[in-house]
Amino acid sequence: MKLVYFAWVRERIGRTDEQVTVPEGIDTVADLVRWLKGRGEEYAYAFENEGVVRAAVDHVHVKPEARISGAQEIAFFPPMTGG
Amino acid sequence: MKSNEAMPATIRIQAEPFDVAAETALLVRGRADVGAVVAFTGLCRDEGGRLAALELEHYPGMAEAEIGRIAAQAQDRWPLLGLTIIHRFGMIRPGEEIVLLLAASAHRQAAFEAASFLMDFLKTRAPFWKREHLEDGTTGAWVEAKEADDRAVERWRR
Repeated sequence: MKLVYFAWVRERIGRTDEQVTVPEGIDTVADLVRWLKGRGEEYAYAFENEGVVRAAVDHVHVKPEARISGAQEIAFFPPMTGG
Repeated sequence: MKSNEAMPATIRIQAEPFDVAAETALLVRGRADVGAVVAFTGLCRDEGGRLAALELEHYPGMAEAEIGRIAAQAQDRWPLLGLTIIHRFGMIRPGEEIVLLLAASAHRQAAFEAASFLMDFLKTRAPFWKREHLEDGTTGAWVEAKEADDRAVERWRR
């Protein structure tokens, strides 16, 4: 699946997007965050405050318990500040 | 109540400026049933001379989709006869416009309430992020989300 990052989440991770193959047992957005945090310092830094970073699955806002199977694109970003 | 079935919202995400008068004329052109148009324009402030510009990042694809979902909620809740939402991205200087919202209805109450609802949800749910560029030429911080904006959304959940 494709992961995309925005604003300071993008800056902390150091890339705009990436393709990943997640291992078995990574079923929810929260699982995915836990797995990403184990991949390197940049991910640990981006997700250091649990609950601050928001997620969207295929362009729809989701909560951490949302399931990710079948998702094409998962996005991580800070709370929004448009308008 | 399905009075707005033939009235899709106009939603645009663009770098270019927009013309409020032209957009309003477009919204009501050829119509005799609209009695009220409420217009909200959000502008870039200079924060007391500190800011040179705001840079707006957005999530292409999701921005349009999420604003469409927010618009559909407003159309469900109020008898709107027309709706235009334009949100800019990129570098925006103090005094320039960031967002335009036009809500048209037969009577003013629906247009006022829908416009307020739409802006509250747009600020907290549409995937846009602002970063400050300072007058001294340096890049400032990402703007932090305000708790007051979250509370503004909560008041609609009744």
